[in-house]
Amino acid sequence: MEERMLMKGNEALAEAAIRAGCKCYFGYPITPQTEIAAYMSKRMPKVGGVFIQAESEIAAINMVYGAASAGVRAMTSSSSPGISLKSEGISYLAGADLPCVIVNVERGGPGLGGIQPSQSDYYLATKAGGHGDFSLLVFAPSTVQEMADLAVKAFDTADKYRMPAMILADGLLGQMMEPVRFPESYAPQPEKPWACSGHANKREHNIVNSLYLVPEELEKSNIARFERYETVKREEALSENYLTDDAQIIVTAFGATARIVRSAVNMARAEGIKAGLIRPVTLWPFPVKAYRDALSTAKAYLSVEMNMGQMVNDVKLAIDCKRPVHFFGRTGGMVPTPAEVLAQLRAINEQTGKD
Amino acid sequence: MTSEIQLAGFGGQGILFAGKVLAYCGMMADREVSWLPSYGPEMRGGTCNCSVTLSDEPIGSPTVYTPDILIVMNEPSFLKFIDNVRPGGCAFVDSTLVDSKTDRTDIDVYEIPATSMAEENGLKGGANIIILGMLLKKTGIITLEEIEAAIRKIVPPAKAQLIENNMKAVSLGYDFS
Repeated sequence: MEERMLMKGNEALAEAAIRAGCKCYFGYPITPQTEIAAYMSKRMPKVGGVFIQAESEIAAINMVYGAASAGVRAMTSSSSPGISLKSEGISYLAGADLPCVIVNVERGGPGLGGIQPSQSDYYLATKAGGHGDFSLLVFAPSTVQEMADLAVKAFDTADKYRMPAMILADGLLGQMMEPVRFPESYAPQPEKPWACSGHANKREHNIVNSLYLVPEELEKSNIARFERYETVKREEALSENYLTDDAQIIVTAFGATARIVRSAVNMARAEGIKAGLIRPVTLWPFPVKAYRDALSTAKAYLSVEMNMGQMVNDVKLAIDCKRPVHFFGRTGGMVPTPAEVLAQLRAINEQTGKD
Repeated sequence: MTSEIQLAGFGGQGILFAGKVLAYCGMMADREVSWLPSYGPEMRGGTCNCSVTLSDEPIGSPTVYTPDILIVMNEPSFLKFIDNVRPGGCAFVDSTLVDSKTDRTDIDVYEIPATSMAEENGLKGGANIIILGMLLKKTGIITLEEIEAAIRKIVPPAKAQLIENNMKAVSLGYDFS
Protein backbone atom coordinates (compact mmCIF):
# COMPACT_ATOMS: atom_id res chain seq x y z
CA MET A 1 0.00 0.00 0.00
CA GLU A 2 1.11 3.53 -0.68
CA GLU A 3 1.63 6.14 2.03
CA ARG A 4 -1.27 8.01 3.56
CA MET A 5 -2.19 11.24 1.82
CA LEU A 6 -4.31 14.04 3.27
CA MET A 7 -7.01 14.84 0.73
CA LYS A 8 -10.47 16.30 0.43
CA GLY A 9 -13.17 13.72 -0.22
CA ASN A 10 -13.85 15.22 -3.63
CA GLU A 11 -10.18 14.99 -4.61
CA ALA A 12 -9.74 11.46 -3.28
CA LEU A 13 -12.75 10.33 -5.29
CA ALA A 14 -11.39 11.93 -8.46
CA GLU A 15 -7.92 10.43 -7.99
CA ALA A 16 -9.38 6.98 -7.32
CA ALA A 17 -11.54 7.19 -10.45
CA ILE A 18 -8.46 7.95 -12.54
CA ARG A 19 -6.55 5.06 -10.98
CA ALA A 20 -9.53 2.80 -11.68
CA GLY A 21 -9.12 3.59 -15.36
CA CYS A 22 -11.59 6.42 -15.86
CA LYS A 23 -10.51 8.04 -19.11
CA CYS A 24 -13.31 10.51 -19.66
CA TYR A 25 -14.70 13.05 -17.24
CA PHE A 26 -17.42 15.50 -18.20
CA GLY A 27 -18.79 17.98 -15.72
CA TYR A 28 -20.12 21.38 -14.90
CA PRO A 29 -19.22 23.34 -11.75
CA ILE A 30 -21.55 23.43 -8.76
CA THR A 31 -20.82 23.70 -5.03
CA PRO A 32 -20.00 21.52 -3.13
CA GLN A 33 -18.51 19.16 -5.74
CA THR A 34 -16.47 21.55 -7.86
CA GLU A 35 -13.15 20.16 -6.55
CA ILE A 36 -13.86 16.97 -8.51
CA ALA A 37 -13.99 18.89 -11.79
CA ALA A 38 -10.99 21.04 -10.80
CA TYR A 39 -8.93 17.96 -9.94
CA MET A 40 -9.91 16.20 -13.16
CA SER A 41 -8.99 19.25 -15.22
CA LYS A 42 -5.46 19.13 -13.81
CA ARG A 43 -4.91 15.36 -13.83
CA MET A 44 -6.80 13.99 -16.85
CA PRO A 45 -4.57 15.57 -19.52
CA LYS A 46 -1.51 14.12 -17.75
CA VAL A 47 -2.83 10.55 -17.88
CA GLY A 48 -3.96 10.67 -21.48
CA GLY A 49 -7.59 11.12 -20.53
CA VAL A 50 -10.24 13.62 -21.48
CA PHE A 51 -11.60 16.43 -19.34
CA ILE A 52 -14.39 18.56 -20.73
CA GLN A 53 -16.21 21.30 -18.90
CA ALA A 54 -19.52 20.86 -20.68
CA GLU A 55 -21.91 23.69 -21.46
CA SER A 56 -24.46 22.19 -19.06
CA GLU A 57 -25.15 19.19 -16.84
CA ILE A 58 -27.35 17.74 -19.58
CA ALA A 59 -24.53 17.95 -22.10
CA ALA A 60 -22.15 16.32 -19.62
CA ILE A 61 -24.35 13.27 -18.98
CA ASN A 62 -24.87 12.78 -22.71
CA MET A 63 -21.11 12.92 -23.25
CA VAL A 64 -20.89 10.13 -20.67
CA TYR A 65 -23.42 8.20 -22.77
CA GLY A 66 -21.18 8.59 -25.79
CA ALA A 67 -17.96 7.59 -24.06
CA ALA A 68 -19.60 4.65 -22.27
CA SER A 69 -21.05 3.43 -25.60
CA ALA A 70 -17.50 3.22 -26.89
CA GLY A 71 -16.56 1.03 -23.92
CA VAL A 72 -14.58 3.70 -22.07
CA ARG A 73 -14.80 4.19 -18.31
CA ALA A 74 -16.55 7.55 -18.01
CA MET A 75 -17.74 9.69 -15.13
CA THR A 76 -19.66 12.84 -14.41
CA SER A 77 -20.29 14.60 -11.12
CA SER A 78 -22.61 17.26 -9.84
CA SER A 79 -24.63 18.27 -6.82
CA SER A 80 -28.37 17.85 -6.26
CA PRO A 81 -29.95 20.39 -8.68
CA GLY A 82 -27.45 19.33 -11.33
CA ILE A 83 -28.38 15.67 -10.86
CA SER A 84 -32.04 16.54 -11.50
CA LEU A 85 -30.91 17.94 -14.83
CA LYS A 86 -29.03 14.76 -15.62
CA SER A 87 -32.05 12.50 -14.94
CA GLU A 88 -33.05 12.16 -18.57
CA GLY A 89 -29.56 11.08 -19.57
CA ILE A 90 -29.34 8.67 -16.63
CA SER A 91 -32.52 6.98 -17.80
CA TYR A 92 -31.09 6.66 -21.33
CA LEU A 93 -27.86 5.17 -19.94
CA ALA A 94 -29.87 2.61 -17.95
CA GLY A 95 -32.07 1.85 -20.98
CA ALA A 96 -29.01 1.28 -23.14
CA ASP A 97 -27.36 -0.90 -20.45
CA LEU A 98 -24.31 1.35 -20.23
CA PRO A 99 -21.89 1.23 -17.30
CA CYS A 100 -20.69 4.58 -15.97
CA VAL A 101 -20.27 6.47 -12.70
CA ILE A 102 -22.38 9.45 -11.67
CA VAL A 103 -21.34 11.31 -8.52
CA ASN A 104 -23.82 13.32 -6.49
CA VAL A 105 -22.25 15.41 -3.71
CA GLU A 106 -25.61 16.40 -2.24
CA ARG A 107 -26.65 19.82 -1.01
CA GLY A 108 -29.90 21.02 0.51
CA GLY A 109 -33.06 21.08 -1.61
CA PRO A 110 -35.60 21.14 -3.15
CA GLY A 111 -35.14 23.66 -5.92
CA LEU A 112 -31.92 25.60 -5.86
CA GLY A 113 -31.93 24.90 -2.11
CA GLY A 114 -28.68 25.70 -0.35
CA ILE A 115 -25.06 24.61 -0.54
CA GLN A 116 -24.63 22.93 2.83
CA PRO A 117 -24.59 19.12 3.28
CA SER A 118 -27.77 17.12 2.78
CA GLN A 119 -28.98 13.59 2.04
CA SER A 120 -32.27 14.57 0.53
CA ASP A 121 -31.61 12.86 -2.80
CA TYR A 122 -32.08 9.36 -1.35
CA TYR A 123 -35.32 8.90 -3.24
CA LEU A 124 -33.82 10.36 -6.40
CA ALA A 125 -30.88 7.95 -6.22
CA THR A 126 -32.68 4.79 -5.12
CA LYS A 127 -36.18 5.15 -6.57
CA ALA A 128 -36.42 7.75 -9.26
CA GLY A 129 -33.18 8.47 -11.06
CA GLY A 130 -35.20 9.14 -14.21
CA HIS A 131 -38.23 7.87 -16.12
CA GLY A 132 -38.88 4.22 -16.82
CA ASP A 133 -38.32 0.85 -15.15
CA PHE A 134 -34.74 0.85 -13.92
CA SER A 135 -32.46 0.99 -10.93
CA LEU A 136 -29.01 2.43 -10.33
CA LEU A 137 -26.27 0.93 -8.21
CA VAL A 138 -26.01 3.41 -5.33
CA PHE A 139 -22.94 3.60 -3.10
CA ALA A 140 -22.88 5.77 0.03
CA PRO A 141 -19.35 6.51 1.27
CA SER A 142 -18.87 7.56 4.88
CA THR A 143 -15.17 8.50 4.98
CA VAL A 144 -12.68 10.06 2.59
CA GLN A 145 -11.09 6.60 2.27
CA GLU A 146 -14.46 5.25 1.13
CA MET A 147 -14.91 8.11 -1.31
CA ALA A 148 -11.84 6.58 -2.99
CA ASP A 149 -12.59 2.89 -2.46
CA LEU A 150 -16.21 3.08 -3.56
CA ALA A 151 -15.30 5.03 -6.69
CA VAL A 152 -13.25 2.02 -7.77
CA LYS A 153 -15.97 -0.40 -6.67
CA ALA A 154 -18.59 1.63 -8.57
CA PHE A 155 -16.69 1.31 -11.85
CA ASP A 156 -16.07 -2.42 -11.35
CA THR A 157 -19.68 -3.19 -10.40
CA ALA A 158 -21.11 -0.99 -13.15
CA ASP A 159 -19.04 -2.86 -15.74
CA LYS A 160 -19.94 -6.25 -14.27
CA TYR A 161 -23.69 -5.68 -14.61
CA ARG A 162 -23.70 -3.15 -17.45
CA MET A 163 -25.56 -0.54 -15.45
CA PRO A 164 -24.90 3.02 -14.28
CA ALA A 165 -23.62 3.47 -10.72
CA MET A 166 -24.19 6.49 -8.53
CA ILE A 167 -22.00 7.60 -5.67
CA LEU A 168 -24.24 9.40 -3.22
CA ALA A 169 -22.05 11.64 -1.06
CA ASP A 170 -22.73 14.99 0.58
CA GLY A 171 -21.05 18.34 1.10
CA LEU A 172 -19.46 17.24 4.35
CA LEU A 173 -17.66 14.28 2.75
CA GLY A 174 -16.75 16.29 -0.32
CA GLN A 175 -15.18 19.16 1.61
CA MET A 176 -13.48 17.39 4.51
CA MET A 177 -9.92 16.13 4.46
CA GLU A 178 -8.81 12.83 5.94
CA PRO A 179 -5.88 10.53 5.28
CA VAL A 180 -6.42 8.20 2.36
CA ARG A 181 -4.40 5.32 0.94
CA PHE A 182 -4.73 4.19 -2.64
CA PRO A 183 -4.21 0.55 -3.51
CA GLU A 184 -1.28 -0.25 -5.77
CA SER A 185 -3.07 -2.65 -8.07
CA TYR A 186 -6.51 -2.69 -9.61
CA ALA A 187 -8.66 -5.44 -11.09
CA PRO A 188 -8.34 -5.58 -14.87
CA GLN A 189 -11.26 -4.07 -16.75
CA PRO A 190 -13.56 -6.61 -18.36
CA GLU A 191 -13.79 -7.00 -22.13
CA LYS A 192 -16.71 -5.08 -23.64
CA PRO A 193 -17.63 -6.97 -26.82
CA TRP A 194 -20.85 -4.93 -27.04
CA ALA A 195 -19.05 -1.57 -27.29
CA CYS A 196 -19.26 0.66 -30.35
CA SER A 197 -15.52 0.95 -30.68
CA GLY A 198 -15.11 0.29 -34.40
CA HIS A 199 -15.74 -3.08 -36.09
CA ALA A 200 -12.92 -2.70 -38.64
CA ASN A 201 -14.95 -4.93 -40.99
CA LYS A 202 -14.14 -7.89 -38.76
CA ARG A 203 -17.45 -8.26 -36.93
CA GLU A 204 -21.07 -7.18 -37.13
CA HIS A 205 -21.50 -3.61 -36.04
CA ASN A 206 -22.72 -3.06 -32.48
CA ILE A 207 -25.69 -0.90 -31.64
CA VAL A 208 -26.18 0.88 -28.33
CA ASN A 209 -29.68 2.26 -28.07
CA SER A 210 -32.59 2.69 -25.69
CA LEU A 211 -35.30 3.01 -28.33
CA TYR A 212 -37.56 -0.05 -28.86
CA LEU A 213 -40.67 0.79 -30.89
CA VAL A 214 -41.98 -2.77 -30.78
CA PRO A 215 -43.60 -3.25 -27.35
CA GLU A 216 -42.77 -6.97 -27.21
CA GLU A 217 -39.09 -6.18 -27.62
CA LEU A 218 -39.12 -3.37 -25.06
CA GLU A 219 -40.86 -5.61 -22.54
CA LYS A 220 -38.31 -8.34 -23.18
CA SER A 221 -35.43 -5.97 -22.58
CA ASN A 222 -36.99 -4.69 -19.35
CA ILE A 223 -37.59 -8.21 -18.05
CA ALA A 224 -34.03 -9.25 -18.89
CA ARG A 225 -32.71 -6.17 -17.05
CA PHE A 226 -34.78 -6.95 -13.98
CA GLU A 227 -33.48 -10.53 -13.95
CA ARG A 228 -30.01 -9.02 -13.77
CA TYR A 229 -31.17 -6.79 -10.90
CA GLU A 230 -32.16 -9.90 -8.94
CA THR A 231 -28.55 -11.12 -9.15
CA VAL A 232 -27.35 -7.68 -8.07
CA LYS A 233 -29.69 -7.73 -5.05
CA ARG A 234 -28.43 -11.19 -4.09
CA GLU A 235 -24.74 -10.51 -4.49
CA GLU A 236 -23.89 -6.84 -4.20
CA ALA A 237 -25.60 -5.53 -1.04
CA LEU A 238 -23.05 -4.11 1.39
CA SER A 239 -23.40 -2.89 4.95
CA GLU A 240 -21.36 -2.35 8.08
CA ASN A 241 -22.47 -3.32 11.58
CA TYR A 242 -21.18 -1.61 14.72
CA LEU A 243 -21.99 -3.01 18.17
CA THR A 244 -25.15 -4.70 16.93
CA ASP A 245 -24.63 -8.15 18.49
CA ASP A 246 -26.67 -7.38 21.61
CA ALA A 247 -28.27 -4.12 20.43
CA GLN A 248 -31.80 -3.41 21.63
CA ILE A 249 -31.95 -0.20 19.63
CA ILE A 250 -30.67 -0.37 16.07
CA VAL A 251 -29.78 3.03 14.73
CA THR A 252 -29.27 3.22 11.02
CA ALA A 253 -27.65 5.96 8.99
CA PHE A 254 -25.68 6.21 5.79
CA GLY A 255 -22.87 8.43 4.57
CA ALA A 256 -21.57 11.24 6.76
CA THR A 257 -24.53 10.89 9.13
CA ALA A 258 -23.33 7.39 10.07
CA ARG A 259 -20.16 8.93 11.55
CA ILE A 260 -22.22 11.17 13.78
CA VAL A 261 -24.44 8.26 14.80
CA ARG A 262 -21.37 6.18 15.61
CA SER A 263 -20.27 8.84 18.10
CA ALA A 264 -23.78 8.88 19.57
CA VAL A 265 -23.80 5.06 19.87
CA ASN A 266 -20.53 5.24 21.82
CA MET A 267 -22.03 7.88 24.13
CA ALA A 268 -25.19 5.79 24.60
CA ARG A 269 -23.19 2.65 25.38
CA ALA A 270 -21.27 4.59 28.04
CA GLU A 271 -24.66 5.21 29.70
CA GLY A 272 -25.61 1.55 29.47
CA ILE A 273 -28.01 1.94 26.55
CA LYS A 274 -27.65 -1.05 24.25
CA ALA A 275 -27.49 0.75 20.92
CA GLY A 276 -25.86 -0.44 17.71
CA LEU A 277 -25.41 0.94 14.22
CA ILE A 278 -26.25 -0.55 10.83
CA ARG A 279 -24.71 1.49 8.06
CA PRO A 280 -25.87 0.63 4.55
CA VAL A 281 -22.93 1.04 2.18
CA THR A 282 -25.06 0.24 -0.84
CA LEU A 283 -28.42 2.02 -0.81
CA TRP A 284 -29.47 0.08 -3.88
CA PRO A 285 -29.38 -2.82 -3.49
CA PHE A 286 -30.57 -2.17 0.07
CA PRO A 287 -28.84 -4.52 2.57
CA VAL A 288 -32.10 -6.05 3.77
CA LYS A 289 -30.48 -9.02 5.52
CA ALA A 290 -28.52 -6.86 7.98
CA TYR A 291 -31.76 -5.35 9.28
CA ARG A 292 -33.54 -8.71 9.47
CA ASP A 293 -30.66 -10.35 11.31
CA ALA A 294 -30.80 -7.63 13.96
CA LEU A 295 -34.44 -8.51 14.77
CA SER A 296 -33.22 -11.19 17.18
CA THR A 297 -32.16 -8.55 19.73
CA ALA A 298 -33.71 -5.29 18.49
CA LYS A 299 -36.77 -3.81 20.17
CA ALA A 300 -36.79 -0.67 18.05
CA TYR A 301 -35.09 0.89 15.04
CA LEU A 302 -34.13 4.53 14.54
CA SER A 303 -33.21 6.00 11.18
CA VAL A 304 -31.10 9.18 11.30
CA GLU A 305 -30.82 11.12 8.07
CA MET A 306 -30.11 14.58 6.68
CA ASN A 307 -33.57 14.69 5.10
CA MET A 308 -37.21 14.28 6.13
CA GLY A 309 -37.08 10.49 6.47
CA GLN A 310 -36.56 9.09 3.01
CA MET A 311 -34.90 5.83 4.13
CA VAL A 312 -37.50 4.95 6.77
CA ASN A 313 -39.75 2.96 4.42
CA ASP A 314 -36.85 0.82 3.21
CA VAL A 315 -36.06 -0.08 6.82
CA LYS A 316 -39.71 -0.87 7.53
CA LEU A 317 -39.89 -3.13 4.48
CA ALA A 318 -36.62 -4.83 5.38
CA ILE A 319 -38.05 -5.91 8.75
CA ASP A 320 -41.64 -6.37 7.52
CA CYS A 321 -42.73 -3.69 10.03
CA LYS A 322 -42.05 -6.13 12.90
CA ARG A 323 -40.63 -3.36 15.12
CA PRO A 324 -41.29 0.37 15.40
CA VAL A 325 -39.04 2.42 13.14
CA HIS A 326 -38.40 5.88 14.56
CA PHE A 327 -36.95 8.76 12.65
CA PHE A 328 -34.73 11.70 13.49
CA GLY A 329 -33.46 14.04 10.83
CA ARG A 330 -32.20 17.50 10.09
CA THR A 331 -32.68 19.06 6.71
CA GLY A 332 -31.91 22.06 4.56
CA GLY A 333 -28.16 21.83 5.17
CA MET A 334 -28.38 21.31 8.93
CA VAL A 335 -26.22 18.47 10.24
CA PRO A 336 -27.43 16.40 13.22
CA THR A 337 -25.12 16.45 16.25
CA PRO A 338 -24.13 13.40 18.32
CA ALA A 339 -25.88 15.01 21.32
CA GLU A 340 -29.17 15.28 19.41
CA VAL A 341 -28.98 11.62 18.37
CA LEU A 342 -28.14 10.62 21.95
CA ALA A 343 -31.27 12.42 23.18
CA GLN A 344 -33.33 10.34 20.71
CA LEU A 345 -31.68 7.14 21.93
CA ARG A 346 -32.41 8.01 25.57
CA ALA A 347 -36.07 8.65 24.77
CA ILE A 348 -36.46 5.41 22.80
CA ASN A 349 -34.61 3.48 25.50
CA GLU A 350 -37.00 4.75 28.13
CA GLN A 351 -39.97 3.81 25.98
CA THR A 352 -38.73 0.30 25.11
CA GLY A 353 -37.85 -0.25 28.78
CA LYS A 354 -41.53 0.19 29.65
CA ASP A 355 -42.81 -2.16 26.96
CA MET B 1 -6.70 10.51 23.25
CA THR B 2 -8.75 12.85 21.09
CA SER B 3 -8.16 16.56 20.57
CA GLU B 4 -10.92 18.58 18.98
CA ILE B 5 -9.65 21.89 17.68
CA GLN B 6 -11.49 24.80 16.16
CA LEU B 7 -9.74 27.64 14.32
CA ALA B 8 -11.54 30.84 13.40
CA GLY B 9 -10.80 34.28 12.00
CA PHE B 10 -11.00 36.29 8.80
CA GLY B 11 -10.52 34.82 5.34
CA GLY B 12 -6.89 35.45 4.34
CA GLN B 13 -5.37 34.94 7.80
CA GLY B 14 -4.38 31.38 7.02
CA ILE B 15 -7.01 29.77 9.24
CA LEU B 16 -7.48 26.83 6.87
CA PHE B 17 -3.71 26.54 6.35
CA ALA B 18 -3.01 26.42 10.09
CA GLY B 19 -5.68 23.73 10.39
CA LYS B 20 -4.00 21.82 7.61
CA VAL B 21 -0.65 22.03 9.40
CA LEU B 22 -2.27 20.55 12.53
CA ALA B 23 -3.88 17.79 10.48
CA TYR B 24 -0.54 16.94 8.87
CA CYS B 25 1.08 16.85 12.32
CA GLY B 26 -1.43 14.14 13.24
CA MET B 27 -0.65 12.29 10.01
CA MET B 28 3.08 12.41 10.79
CA ALA B 29 2.31 10.78 14.14
CA ASP B 30 0.27 8.11 12.32
CA ARG B 31 -2.93 9.19 14.07
CA GLU B 32 -6.48 9.53 12.78
CA VAL B 33 -7.17 13.07 11.61
CA SER B 34 -9.96 15.04 10.02
CA TRP B 35 -10.10 18.60 8.70
CA LEU B 36 -13.33 20.32 7.78
CA PRO B 37 -13.59 23.90 6.52
CA SER B 38 -16.65 26.06 6.84
CA TYR B 39 -17.85 26.68 3.32
CA GLY B 40 -20.53 29.00 2.15
CA PRO B 41 -21.20 32.09 0.08
CA GLU B 42 -18.19 33.72 1.70
CA MET B 43 -15.89 36.47 0.51
CA ARG B 44 -12.40 37.78 1.15
CA GLY B 45 -12.33 39.43 4.57
CA GLY B 46 -15.41 37.49 5.70
CA THR B 47 -15.30 35.10 8.62
CA CYS B 48 -13.85 31.66 8.16
CA ASN B 49 -13.43 28.69 10.45
CA CYS B 50 -12.32 25.11 10.39
CA SER B 51 -12.56 22.00 12.55
CA VAL B 52 -9.60 19.70 13.09
CA THR B 53 -9.70 16.46 15.06
CA LEU B 54 -6.63 14.44 16.03
CA SER B 55 -7.42 11.07 17.57
CA ASP B 56 -6.24 7.55 18.25
CA GLU B 57 -9.76 6.26 17.47
CA PRO B 58 -11.78 6.45 14.24
CA ILE B 59 -13.26 9.96 14.08
CA GLY B 60 -17.03 10.33 14.24
CA SER B 61 -18.40 13.76 13.53
CA PRO B 62 -15.78 15.86 11.71
CA THR B 63 -17.56 19.01 12.88
CA VAL B 64 -16.19 20.29 16.17
CA TYR B 65 -18.96 21.74 18.37
CA THR B 66 -17.19 21.95 21.75
CA PRO B 67 -13.48 22.35 21.07
CA ASP B 68 -10.79 21.27 23.52
CA ILE B 69 -8.64 23.91 21.85
CA LEU B 70 -9.88 27.10 20.20
CA ILE B 71 -7.70 29.38 18.09
CA VAL B 72 -9.31 32.76 17.41
CA MET B 73 -7.90 35.50 15.25
CA ASN B 74 -10.67 38.10 15.18
CA GLU B 75 -13.24 39.71 17.42
CA PRO B 76 -16.43 38.24 15.88
CA SER B 77 -15.03 34.70 16.12
CA PHE B 78 -14.00 35.25 19.73
CA LEU B 79 -17.52 36.34 20.65
CA LYS B 80 -19.08 33.51 18.67
CA PHE B 81 -16.96 30.60 19.85
CA ILE B 82 -15.39 31.33 23.27
CA ASP B 83 -18.39 29.99 25.18
CA ASN B 84 -18.27 26.71 23.23
CA VAL B 85 -14.86 25.69 24.56
CA ARG B 86 -15.13 22.53 26.64
CA PRO B 87 -14.55 23.12 30.38
CA GLY B 88 -10.90 22.32 31.08
CA GLY B 89 -10.00 23.28 27.51
CA CYS B 90 -8.02 26.25 26.30
CA ALA B 91 -8.18 29.15 23.88
CA PHE B 92 -5.38 30.89 21.97
CA VAL B 93 -6.31 34.45 21.20
CA ASP B 94 -4.58 36.85 18.82
CA SER B 95 -4.62 39.87 21.13
CA THR B 96 -3.61 42.25 18.33
CA LEU B 97 -7.06 41.78 16.83
CA VAL B 98 -9.24 40.72 19.77
CA ASP B 99 -10.06 43.24 22.50
CA SER B 100 -12.81 41.36 24.31
CA LYS B 101 -12.15 39.24 27.36
CA THR B 102 -14.06 36.28 28.73
CA ASP B 103 -15.05 35.87 32.35
CA ARG B 104 -14.81 32.09 32.09
CA THR B 105 -12.48 30.60 34.70
CA ASP B 106 -12.91 26.97 33.67
CA ILE B 107 -10.67 27.30 30.62
CA ASP B 108 -7.11 28.53 30.06
CA VAL B 109 -6.95 31.59 27.84
CA TYR B 110 -3.59 32.33 26.23
CA GLU B 111 -3.28 35.76 24.67
CA ILE B 112 -0.56 36.45 22.14
CA PRO B 113 -0.19 39.54 19.93
CA ALA B 114 0.58 37.28 17.00
CA THR B 115 -0.32 39.67 14.20
CA SER B 116 1.97 42.47 15.45
CA MET B 117 4.73 39.95 16.24
CA ALA B 118 4.53 38.69 12.67
CA GLU B 119 4.75 42.21 11.26
CA GLU B 120 7.66 43.22 13.52
CA ASN B 121 9.63 40.15 12.45
CA GLY B 122 9.04 40.47 8.73
CA LEU B 123 6.69 37.48 8.73
CA LYS B 124 3.56 39.13 7.40
CA GLY B 125 0.80 36.55 7.27
CA GLY B 126 2.61 34.31 9.74
CA ALA B 127 0.47 35.06 12.79
CA ASN B 128 -1.37 31.77 12.35
CA ILE B 129 1.85 29.76 12.63
CA ILE B 130 3.11 31.88 15.55
CA ILE B 131 -0.01 30.80 17.42
CA LEU B 132 0.67 27.15 16.54
CA GLY B 133 4.15 27.57 18.09
CA MET B 134 2.54 28.67 21.34
CA LEU B 135 -0.04 25.87 21.13
CA LEU B 136 2.76 23.35 20.72
CA LYS B 137 4.43 24.56 23.92
CA LYS B 138 1.30 24.91 26.04
CA THR B 139 -0.59 21.78 25.05
CA GLY B 140 2.02 19.30 23.84
CA ILE B 141 -0.53 17.68 21.48
CA ILE B 142 1.96 18.05 18.62
CA THR B 143 5.77 18.07 18.61
CA LEU B 144 8.35 20.32 17.03
CA GLU B 145 9.49 17.46 14.77
CA GLU B 146 5.92 16.87 13.60
CA ILE B 147 5.26 20.52 12.82
CA GLU B 148 8.50 20.83 10.88
CA ALA B 149 7.76 17.68 8.92
CA ALA B 150 4.21 18.94 8.31
CA ILE B 151 5.39 22.30 6.99
CA ARG B 152 7.97 20.63 4.75
CA LYS B 153 5.22 18.38 3.40
CA ILE B 154 2.81 21.24 2.63
CA VAL B 155 5.18 23.90 1.28
CA PRO B 156 6.19 23.14 -2.31
CA PRO B 157 9.97 22.69 -2.85
CA ALA B 158 10.04 25.72 -5.15
CA LYS B 159 9.14 27.91 -2.18
CA ALA B 160 11.78 26.61 0.26
CA GLN B 161 12.13 30.10 1.77
CA LEU B 162 8.65 29.70 3.20
CA ILE B 163 9.73 26.67 5.23
CA GLU B 164 12.35 28.76 7.02
CA ASN B 165 9.87 31.60 7.62
CA ASN B 166 7.25 29.23 8.98
CA MET B 167 9.75 27.59 11.33
CA LYS B 168 10.84 31.04 12.50
CA ALA B 169 7.19 31.80 13.24
CA VAL B 170 6.87 28.55 15.20
CA SER B 171 9.88 29.55 17.35
CA LEU B 172 8.49 33.03 17.99
CA GLY B 173 5.26 31.57 19.35
CA TYR B 174 7.06 28.85 21.26
CA ASP B 175 9.35 31.35 23.02
CA PHE B 176 6.57 33.84 23.82
CA SER B 177 5.63 33.82 27.45
